[in-house]
Amino acid sequence: MTAVLRHEWRLYFHSLTAYVFGAFLLAFVGIGALMYNIQQAVSSFELVLSFGCLIFVVIVPILTMRIIAEERKQKTDQLLYALPITTTQVVVGKYLALLTVYLIPLAVICLYPLIFAQYGDVYLLTAYGSLLAFFLLGAAFIAVGVFLSSLTDNQGFAAGIGIAVILFNYYSVSLAEYVSASALGTLAALGLLLIALVGIIQYLTKNDRLGYWVGAVLLAVLVVCYFTGGESFESLLPSLMTTLSLFERFYAFVNGVFDMTAVVYYLSVIVFFLFLSVQSLEKRRYN
Amino acid sequence: MISVSHLTKRYGDFTAVEDLSFTIDDGHVYGFLGPNGAGKSTTMNIMTGCLSATAGKVEIDGCDIFEEPKKAKSRIGYLPEQPPLYMSESPLEYLRFVGEAKGLRGEALQGQIRDVVEQTGIESVQRRRISDLSKGYRQRVGIAQALLGNPRVIILDEPTVGLDPIQIIEIRDLIRRLGESHTVIFSSHILSEVQAICDQILIIHKGRLVAFGRPAELERQLLAPEELLLTAEASPEETAALLGAVPGITSLETSPCREGTRASLRFAGGDPTNLSRSVFFAFAGAGKALVELTHKKASLEDLFLQLTEDTPEALGTPEKPAETKGGEAE
Repeated sequence: MTAVLRHEWRLYFHSLTAYVFGAFLLAFVGIGALMYNIQQAVSSFELVLSFGCLIFVVIVPILTMRIIAEERKQKTDQLLYALPITTTQVVVGKYLALLTVYLIPLAVICLYPLIFAQYGDVYLLTAYGSLLAFFLLGAAFIAVGVFLSSLTDNQGFAAGIGIAVILFNYYSVSLAEYVSASALGTLAALGLLLIALVGIIQYLTKNDRLGYWVGAVLLAVLVVCYFTGGESFESLLPSLMTTLSLFERFYAFVNGVFDMTAVVYYLSVIVFFLFLSVQSLEKRRYN
Repeated sequence: MISVSHLTKRYGDFTAVEDLSFTIDDGHVYGFLGPNGAGKSTTMNIMTGCLSATAGKVEIDGCDIFEEPKKAKSRIGYLPEQPPLYMSESPLEYLRFVGEAKGLRGEALQGQIRDVVEQTGIESVQRRRISDLSKGYRQRVGIAQALLGNPRVIILDEPTVGLDPIQIIEIRDLIRRLGESHTVIFSSHILSEVQAICDQILIIHKGRLVAFGRPAELERQLLAPEELLLTAEASPEETAALLGAVPGITSLETSPCREGTRASLRFAGGDPTNLSRSVFFAFAGAGKALVELTHKKASLEDLFLQLTEDTPEALGTPEKPAETKGGEAE
């Protein structure tokens, strides 16, 4: 694992990616600090972070797009399979390398509240609580990015899907207000999601029958819930979109609430997507 | 050392490898021969743990590659068809990574890197970017990577494809040298190459093992009986009559040609020189000139063609430039 970690560091610092990522993050948060803390003389640093988190839409896919897709394209993944290390070690090693690349600019940002505290009263607890949540938010998106990169050998495709996913996550709360809150509307939307899920399963496993079976079982569950769930089925879709939003949980920290469930949620998202990445790599061995 | 038993790999309806079984002993150079698409790479990928098998077993030194992958893999060095190199690194950095991944640290790692760099002759380029290296050097870096960790078996998948003739000779020499200290298995679709380097040959066709043994043994066991070709200044009837008197001939074909008659005869066992002598004197005694008398010794080439005959197009050109695609890509 340390071998993979050190190797990824070398690759990142050989190329421009790590520097571009750091520069964008620092620039965006810097602009935020300039606007809120300096121009408007607001003493809350968490507002800067809540402004700055939009930059994840662009920089996370740039950082993660090559991590596995490029290995596939250059056929270097064969080496990883042939080496006496497990796929989990490869994925975790790569993920830790990405985290450290992300932590370097974040360490610089950690100094900002202290600097501002020299010139006025800064709520340091909220500021650092939000910074921790900011770190977890980014870490969760990076895990999603690693998974998307493991699906394809095309970096551009991985980045494009990554941007779409994070952007949708950013707007999902606002969108939740517009989606149908009726039970029938929820059924239709979940039905569409189901079809997409079946498509993804078939693409990943190259096994049509498995996809149809999973689809049929989930459809049955959905229909049963529709007829028995009653009121809880209404407004299920909007509340689902709000619950799954990674950004929404971050805003709780910005508002000064240290939400342990959010921390657990972020950690489980990370573990879940790393697990999927390992499966996606393992699957390559089977076809 | 390595035992492969009843190995089968299917991709949907397509069977790439079917019921393949063989055992590989220590200290030889093995050649994996077969036309393109015969299942060589698939077999090697399964043996090295890069690919799963539909059925069957692979054991390296008694370790099952699917059940104890770590142990089994640490005994093998593998160079896939396209050397798995990171273009932005230098060979030294690259070897460092592979060495670390194979569990080497500190002085042991440095020492091994020095050794393999020297063995593969890449000292002069060890600090340059891999993307700037020629294909021959890249192949050497790939071989150096396989040698790290001192595995007992080195598996090389088509190591000479896409190289120029001088590079090919250099890589062959390297493989021969490696064969002195390791068990080497390498695949190729070029027969002369396998013949030149290997002690043992495995011929694979359509995912099945069709022949396995020493080159000389294979020739003896599997080839059609030897043939004597002659051209005589005589009519076909006279030729047939003259040859009919020579003992030991089992079959005879004659056809008229410009000089007189061309004949091809087969014989069962015996010394071909004695037969040639009898044939010569038979014609000389009748006052007919023999303008040509050739002993045609069947070669491994014929064997290869015979075993894989329904795909003759695969053998037409020994070097396939199309296969190198992607090799130059950054």
